[in-house]
Amino acid sequence: MSDPKNEDAAFRKARQGRNIAIMLGLLAFVALVFIVTITHLRGNVLSTGN
Amino acid sequence: MLKIGATELQAAAAAPARWQDYVLLLKPRVMSLVVFTALTGLVCANVKMDPVLAGTAILCIAVGAGASGALNMWYDADIDRLMRRTRGRPVPAGRVQGADALALGITLSLFSVGLMALAVNLFAASLLAFTIFFYAVVYTMWLKRATPQNIVIGGLAGALPPAVGWAAASGAAPLNAWLLVAIIFAWTPPHFWALSLTMGDDYERAGVPMMAVVKGEASTRVQIFVYSLILVPLALAPAATGLGGPLYLAVAALGGALFIGLATRLLARKDKRDARRLFAFSILYLFLLFAALLGEHLVGLAPLGLFR
Repeated sequence: MSDPKNEDAAFRKARQGRNIAIMLGLLAFVALVFIVTITHLRGNVLSTGN
Repeated sequence: MLKIGATELQAAAAAPARWQDYVLLLKPRVMSLVVFTALTGLVCANVKMDPVLAGTAILCIAVGAGASGALNMWYDADIDRLMRRTRGRPVPAGRVQGADALALGITLSLFSVGLMALAVNLFAASLLAFTIFFYAVVYTMWLKRATPQNIVIGGLAGALPPAVGWAAASGAAPLNAWLLVAIIFAWTPPHFWALSLTMGDDYERAGVPMMAVVKGEASTRVQIFVYSLILVPLALAPAATGLGGPLYLAVAALGGALFIGLATRLLARKDKRDARRLFAFSILYLFLLFAALLGEHLVGLAPLGLFR
């Protein structure tokens, strides 16, 4: 049988990896929504000529 | 069921879910073909689009395709477990729980459709939502285990991305967009049935009524040939409708001749190696058709429009 200590460490490492992936995904989503908003704003401002 | 549950628990205990397992749930290889055909549709619309919004549209389509892949892997885990080709997938292998795949699929579906609606347009978002629904519900839940026409009808889900891309760029989907959809739709049966002929008894063991299981290999080879005869003229059509140029016509003509040649050989020789060749060539053929269209529209090569 495998060593429970090593298993515990492997689970912790895998969970940390998943958490970082979720954090990066959410940050990328927030950045994307911001950039899309600015792009729409710029387009609307340019089209009204102000 | 108890036995499978115990095996799953053991596998999960042996291999904790890594973030890469969740990426695998999104079927990255299928996603890459979806991105490519959607990008072709978006570029062929010939509408000037802000690169940020174009990139967002393609990202939404990619994530939507990934979401439907995750929903498919959640629902099909029981049959995936029985097939050599699919038993290493994260859910049947026990690395990811089915409920987690379901949650990921639903979350990404909502994010991709929602962002498409807010950032691009409602029509493209509706088409994307329909595509996800068609793959996850109509194909995976209703058709796949019920009829040998499963991949024929279900193929619509994989065929729609060019129309979604076109709709994202222009807010509409004209006939030429649906012509691209029709090409992928007619391409899907010979592509998948050639694959199923190389898979031995995998589908039979899983109880999936693929054409080769229900009607036999001889009938499947005939149907592959018939669909090839439908596909090749359809793939030539863009040269006549103002969509494809001379490069596209050359690729469609030469590739089409080779496609029919391989389908004829499969019909005549009944050799599994011929099925493998046709399967491999079908991927190259579709890639070259869309690459030719994409290339022509990017460099501004004028379409032929023979009958415009």
